[in-house]
Amino acid sequence: PVQVQLVVPMAVVFGPGSVPGDLPRPLPFRDVKEMEISVNLRTSVTSRYEMRYRSTTAQEEAALAAATPREADAALYPLQDTTLGSLTMYVVPETSSLLPQGIDVYVGKHRSALVRAGGSLAALQARLREVAQVMSFTASSIAAALSERVPDGQLSPDARRNLKSSLGYEITFSLLNPDPKSHTVDWDIEGAVNRFVKPVLDKLSLVANFSVDSQILYYAVLGVTPRYDKESSSFLLSAHSLPHVINPVEARLGSSAASLYPVLNFLLYVPERSHSPLYIQDKDGAPVSTNAFHSPRWGGIMVYNVEGPASPQASLPLHVDVDMARVMEVFLAQLRLLFGLSWEEVPPEFLLESPGNEGLADWELDHLLWAHTVENIATVSTTLTSLAQLLDKIGNIVIKDDVASEVYRAVASVQSAVTELSLGHLLAAFQASKEAVTSSERAFFDPSLLHLLYFPDDQKFAIYIPLFLPMAVPILLSLAKIVRETRLRKKEPTKMD
Amino acid sequence: GGMAAAALLLLLLAAARPGPGRADAGRERRDALREELLLSPLPTGDVAATFQFRTRWDADLQRGAVSHYRLFPKALGRLVAALGVRELHLALTQGFWRTRYWGQPPLQAPAGAELWVWFQPTVTDVDKAWKELSNILSGIFCASLNFIDSTNTVIPTASFKPLGLANGTDHHLLRYAVLPREVVCTENLTPWKKLLPCGSKAGLAVLLKAERLFHSSYHSQAVHIRPICRDASCLALSWELRQTLTVVFDFFSSGQGKKDWSLFKMFSRTLTDTCPLASQSKVYVDISPKNKEKELLEVSPPPTSVHEAIVQGDKKTYAVYDLLSPSLFNTSRSLNVQLKWKRPQDSSEMPIPTLHAQRYVGGYGLQTGEICTLIYNTHPYRAFPVILLETVPWYLRLYVHTLAIITKGKENKPSYIHYQPAQDRRRPHLLEMLIQLPANSVTKITIQFERALLKWTEYPPDPNHGFYVGSSVLSALVPSVTAMKDVDVEQSPLFTSLFPSSDGSSYFVRLYTEPLLVNLPTPDFSMPYNVICLTCTVVAVCYGSFYNLLTRTFHVEEPSRGGLAKRLANVIRKFRGVPPL
Repeated sequence: PVQVQLVVPMAVVFGPGSVPGDLPRPLPFRDVKEMEISVNLRTSVTSRYEMRYRSTTAQEEAALAAATPREADAALYPLQDTTLGSLTMYVVPETSSLLPQGIDVYVGKHRSALVRAGGSLAALQARLREVAQVMSFTASSIAAALSERVPDGQLSPDARRNLKSSLGYEITFSLLNPDPKSHTVDWDIEGAVNRFVKPVLDKLSLVANFSVDSQILYYAVLGVTPRYDKESSSFLLSAHSLPHVINPVEARLGSSAASLYPVLNFLLYVPERSHSPLYIQDKDGAPVSTNAFHSPRWGGIMVYNVEGPASPQASLPLHVDVDMARVMEVFLAQLRLLFGLSWEEVPPEFLLESPGNEGLADWELDHLLWAHTVENIATVSTTLTSLAQLLDKIGNIVIKDDVASEVYRAVASVQSAVTELSLGHLLAAFQASKEAVTSSERAFFDPSLLHLLYFPDDQKFAIYIPLFLPMAVPILLSLAKIVRETRLRKKEPTKMD
Repeated sequence: GGMAAAALLLLLLAAARPGPGRADAGRERRDALREELLLSPLPTGDVAATFQFRTRWDADLQRGAVSHYRLFPKALGRLVAALGVRELHLALTQGFWRTRYWGQPPLQAPAGAELWVWFQPTVTDVDKAWKELSNILSGIFCASLNFIDSTNTVIPTASFKPLGLANGTDHHLLRYAVLPREVVCTENLTPWKKLLPCGSKAGLAVLLKAERLFHSSYHSQAVHIRPICRDASCLALSWELRQTLTVVFDFFSSGQGKKDWSLFKMFSRTLTDTCPLASQSKVYVDISPKNKEKELLEVSPPPTSVHEAIVQGDKKTYAVYDLLSPSLFNTSRSLNVQLKWKRPQDSSEMPIPTLHAQRYVGGYGLQTGEICTLIYNTHPYRAFPVILLETVPWYLRLYVHTLAIITKGKENKPSYIHYQPAQDRRRPHLLEMLIQLPANSVTKITIQFERALLKWTEYPPDPNHGFYVGSSVLSALVPSVTAMKDVDVEQSPLFTSLFPSSDGSSYFVRLYTEPLLVNLPTPDFSMPYNVICLTCTVVAVCYGSFYNLLTRTFHVEEPSRGGLAKRLANVIRKFRGVPPL
């Protein structure tokens, strides 16, 4: 059973004129809100928001007087608590013009949000809770992280999309050119990686190690022949055929033989000349605007159509330079999706600041860390439980000292992770959970624990059958004789009568 | 002797010095693919086809965290970068190249799997990197290379020098292993083909159809990765991946005694397409006239050009089909190279290669034996040294004092010997010798061994099949009969440019002898179970009678009236007047 308490330190700062009338105590004061996130019977996750209510300082007041929320966010950043996992909410008056019309919540690039006061304290608290969940974790993001433990059917399909937590990921960009006779495709992947992917990964380096590489595969075709559509004189891939697209390509992608990290594949497919232009249709038959789709826990594919030559006599092969900005925009969106950082369900009165160059806001990083920490703790618990089950099953298994010490280390790390979580130290908890995963996997996959190394008892018995069988014969015979005799003895007295 | 040894070692060090790179029309490419097929009729009537695919990449694989691959396969590139590989040579071979009858091979490999790797000097734990590398390669090529461990790995000191650019040749960075038992089949060919930029979809690789390639007397596929000079000044490195595949088709026996062949007959395919990524794609057909007579054979269609070169000491003429030349596919849609013999060739004029060797196991019984190696130098007047590398598994215990090298009836003292004795279950014997071969001579090398008794779990599933001993390796600079010109490596055909050519007077040859199959004393594997059964039965019988003795109650039985026999006997007795029973 896993019992985790997630503590989020949260500061609620009231700007001038935004303090609700029905405050129970004068500012500053502390308050705690606890919530239970139900996963299953054996796993309980409680979230605990430790809120400190206070009023603004003079500096914060000056910052809040900025003209746009973006400027206010930038000005407020140096003034707040920047430890991972902590949140700062600035409450602005209901009539404030800092937030645009119709927007009640502005989530900045860092770990703060501007919230419009909503009359009573209860209304404000409801709104604050909503913001805090977006910025840290929601019940569904925790459920997705614990998807192994959630019974099937209770989970939304989106939750299955998220990548498993791992110590590292390998990102591979592949350009598929099935028709090198007609197209010579060039892509400036090196520049694009440095410009678009690197900033995101630098930010994510706290979560895991990332390695990026790319390759060009020729004569790699999709597994599905697209359907020709006369009306638009184009080729269409319907949504239901997409699952069959990947398999034949995957054989060519080449596995990551040199490392054990999961691979994220991003494929750019330039269709053959005889099949272009090629468009992907969604379930309703409408073309997908990005002409791309993603596969949960695997990666994404984008179809990149090449415009036909100006004149039919143009000599082949046609030279194509890929517009990397367009491609990378799609791939980065898919990358965020795979990490569970999509904000489609956020209510319309929320305004999320785009993270800009960095590709990832600070609070989004926290969001990932919360989910991954919980997932790591659950994984360690599962691994150690199955190890214990294995030991129960095979009595004479040998646990070497190094395996035992790994197990002890895993238990200690996972305990410290749980403690750190309940203290609100997100980073420390995450590091500890990572160590726990490493130790527990090392213990579990130790070659000395191979099931087959141990001689099963039933086979031992089979070997001794030549002994047991002849020895059993006289015993059984005499048993039969005893039975026969007792039966006779019982019958004899009746005969006498 | 010592002088010659030093000279040979130095020569073997000489690395390939490629000439200036081909200027690519249009865009500047940093990688280039060349593909080539060499068809050579062998003296016995068989045909050898050697494919070579060479990807050259003007980038340093060792540096750079982000790697972007185009023609070079990512799987191998990452391997080289991650494990600090300087040079990698992997060959998977089925069958044996019969040098005596087929002549000097362009590229020979021992039967089974052969892997030799030079690591970078920066690699601290070479053994760990070697283990990891063999495991990964085993995954990439679906071969049992994961069986490479310390019992079959050796560190040769002289035989395997880097073929590419190398700063130092500290042989502790080298590892060499052969798995002679490895069976090579389709599952190894498919991943090999997958490494080609065009796959098997276009270009020469179209011919690589598994069902034909494995229906042959010899099949060898190899991967060679090495660093080479980027240009003549050699200031920067380029990496070269060479994928080679050699097959020998036996047409004499399968073709009703006719030695005519065509691409279609060999591969059941013809060439229709070029690989658009290749900067060079050529088919060479060896049409060298034998004995300076008139040409005996005729190729069709007419070749685009004729190339003359001195290969391995022989003057050779090749008909060249350049698949990239537009004229070739103009006349017909596909290229089916055919060769016809104008008149039947008499088999007596079979040329004998200058250097060839033979190896067998001598002796009788299951206790001792003898490994005999015969090395032939058929050169009429030149003597030359040869390095012999012998790797023998630990379970054949070599008696080094019995090592005898006899040439022309006299003892031939090797000028260099490196011997590393085996350790049981730890490492094999390694014997390296530099032997001078006098002109026109046979050198016989014998060494006796004792067969070890293995633990019963160490025997393979089929122990009576015998145990393989890997081929021994002969490396030599063979003096050339004809003087060779110094040619530009980057321009010359691929089949001439893997081994460094030292100077005009000699050429490098590496030969492998036959692998040996040695019987070891094998126990009766059913014995333990028999013993268990027998003991158990004895114990059970003893137990049964003892049990009966203890549990049965004995009582005296009253004599009964007797049966029919007794009554009969009494009647007879009555007649005889004897008292009844």
